[in-house]
Amino acid sequence: MLAVEVKDLVKDFGSIRAVDGASFDVHEGEIFGLIGPNGAGKTTILRIVSTLLQINSGSVKVLGHDVVKEADQVRRLISYLPEDAGAYKNLTGRAYLEFIARFFGGGNEIKKIIERGVEIANLGERIDDRVDTYSKGMTRRLLVGRALMTEPKLAILDEPTSGLDVTNAREIREIIKKSVKRETTVLLSSHNMLEVEFLCERIALINRGGIVEEGNAPELKKRYRADNLEEVFVKVVS
Amino acid sequence: MSDLGNILKKEVRELLTPATIIPVIVMAFVFGGMGHMIGGVIEEAKEKPVIGIIDEDNSILSGIVTGVLNHGAEVVYSPTDGADIPEALEHVEEEGGAALLVIPPDFSENIYENRHGVVRIHWIMKGAGMMDSIPSQVVDALVQVVNQEISRTLVGEDSPVNPDVAVSPITKSETTVFKGREMEGISPGTISGMLSSQSITIPIIMMLIIMMAGGTVITSMGMEKENKTLETLLTLPVKRNSIVIGKIVGSAIVGLVMAAIYMVGFGYYMQSFQSAEINLADFGLALGPQDYLLVGLSLFVTLLAGLSLCMVLGTFAKNYKSAQTLMLPVTFLAVIPMFLIMFKDFDTLPAVLRIILFAIPFSHPMMAIRTLMFDDYLLVLSGIAYVVIFAAIMVAVVAWIFRTDRLLTGGTRTRGISKFLRGFLGRGPFHRRL
Repeated sequence: MLAVEVKDLVKDFGSIRAVDGASFDVHEGEIFGLIGPNGAGKTTILRIVSTLLQINSGSVKVLGHDVVKEADQVRRLISYLPEDAGAYKNLTGRAYLEFIARFFGGGNEIKKIIERGVEIANLGERIDDRVDTYSKGMTRRLLVGRALMTEPKLAILDEPTSGLDVTNAREIREIIKKSVKRETTVLLSSHNMLEVEFLCERIALINRGGIVEEGNAPELKKRYRADNLEEVFVKVVS
Repeated sequence: MSDLGNILKKEVRELLTPATIIPVIVMAFVFGGMGHMIGGVIEEAKEKPVIGIIDEDNSILSGIVTGVLNHGAEVVYSPTDGADIPEALEHVEEEGGAALLVIPPDFSENIYENRHGVVRIHWIMKGAGMMDSIPSQVVDALVQVVNQEISRTLVGEDSPVNPDVAVSPITKSETTVFKGREMEGISPGTISGMLSSQSITIPIIMMLIIMMAGGTVITSMGMEKENKTLETLLTLPVKRNSIVIGKIVGSAIVGLVMAAIYMVGFGYYMQSFQSAEINLADFGLALGPQDYLLVGLSLFVTLLAGLSLCMVLGTFAKNYKSAQTLMLPVTFLAVIPMFLIMFKDFDTLPAVLRIILFAIPFSHPMMAIRTLMFDDYLLVLSGIAYVVIFAAIMVAVVAWIFRTDRLLTGGTRTRGISKFLRGFLGRGPFHRRL
């Protein structure tokens, strides 16, 4: 079964068409990257897959469930990490993880989920400090821990390393790579093509709301005789 | 353009947004309208009070009384021969009068025999607001003038009355008729003063609860959006209704706690103004258990309606700053009924203000206690029914918003206003972001 199935997706905001007939599939257990420039429609697509936005036409399915008609079922399968997301500042890192974990289980299950979150976030003793004392990198690690601790069938990560320094970005990438071994499919977006090349098994290039190319990185580079994905993208859109 | 001009232009563009301008423009218009209407009420209060006089004495001294009253008031009932009091009262009330003054047959005889002359005043009280008792205060002042005039006459004609009577020759015997209830030995001013705890304290409590709880809801929505925690929350396996109800009930608890803390101090402050000389329960002005139940019900549904309205407004909040701005309309809706109820009774307001007062859901619990004291169940029950309908509509709107993109993307309907402002200020921060 496909983890994500997007067909002829169209999304308008008033008179502006943000997604224009996008179609792509994500297979179970893979890391799939949506790459494109700012404003290409990546975040809009991820928000639709996450059940946050309605669609104008087309269809989106997550593990066979329609994101519009079966939004409640989809929400039990996914975990969404928005770009530049924050956490509740008056809570400690652990309390925040506990707040989220309570939506996914009861009793011992909650404890196990929190332990996984603490392990993934890897904040040491700082996990018991208030979130408003965290640096940007620490907050992002906490949020990645939050997103992956429930072992979702599909993790949707919007620009997971955006704004982070090299060290923090690298750590986040490692965490994402490990999560796939726990049977989580990852759909992520990025405008950092080098990062996507490193992380993703397959990618889709998106421009002006439409998918302009799809495949794995070596295949695309070969097809367009390019050294890296940046060059591929430039050649595709030109 | 100079550096200062450049910075100035940027600041104006940043701060002058539809979200900041529209509430202020609306407030200015409504305040202007309110001022016009309240000005009308004040002018009405300045007019001569309407009264009726029954002179059963027909003496020189009673002539002084009628002379002063005819000069200072508009006398609409003054029979030359004997009159029936209930009939006279009905006539004066129909004419919009404030009092019927009866000068008994032994009025001057009593004074000349060293007893105070009694003027029987039948007050027709129309409302318990501060401004409702103005006509009776004017009549009271006229009675004082009568007192001085008779005193001057007695001294001038060297009457052999004792000094106590000469200085203050008349006394009042008062009966107040209010909402079909006749209360002996008490004036409208006293009743109004004793009801001041309902006129002032209850509206202020309500205003505080609404502002505290409502502010919490709107700010919470603004903070959720600013921190992008709302996006996460909406993708969790939790029903939208649970999020909405959780926010409303949580804010209600916080608002009630905060208002309670405020009211402890305010209660002590108000106690210093209250006198224990008269107990309103002696005049049948007390609430029964079913009345308290209705007050509680009115308060509960109003809080629900207010917080649902705040949730709707909260969906417009983009961040903490805009949430603060969005509190303005709520504050305004809480302050209007507070002032109106302090100054006037619902029944004595002009029709337009009555419609406005009824339409604002926050008015109903503010009016409930005073209204129930006079057994006006129709107003309270219709108010509760209206607020329930209002709350249901607001909850339906919130539920609808939570099912749409509106919550995360913002509306597109302000584009007309943004376009106008862009034309006015040049291209600024109004362009939409995807």
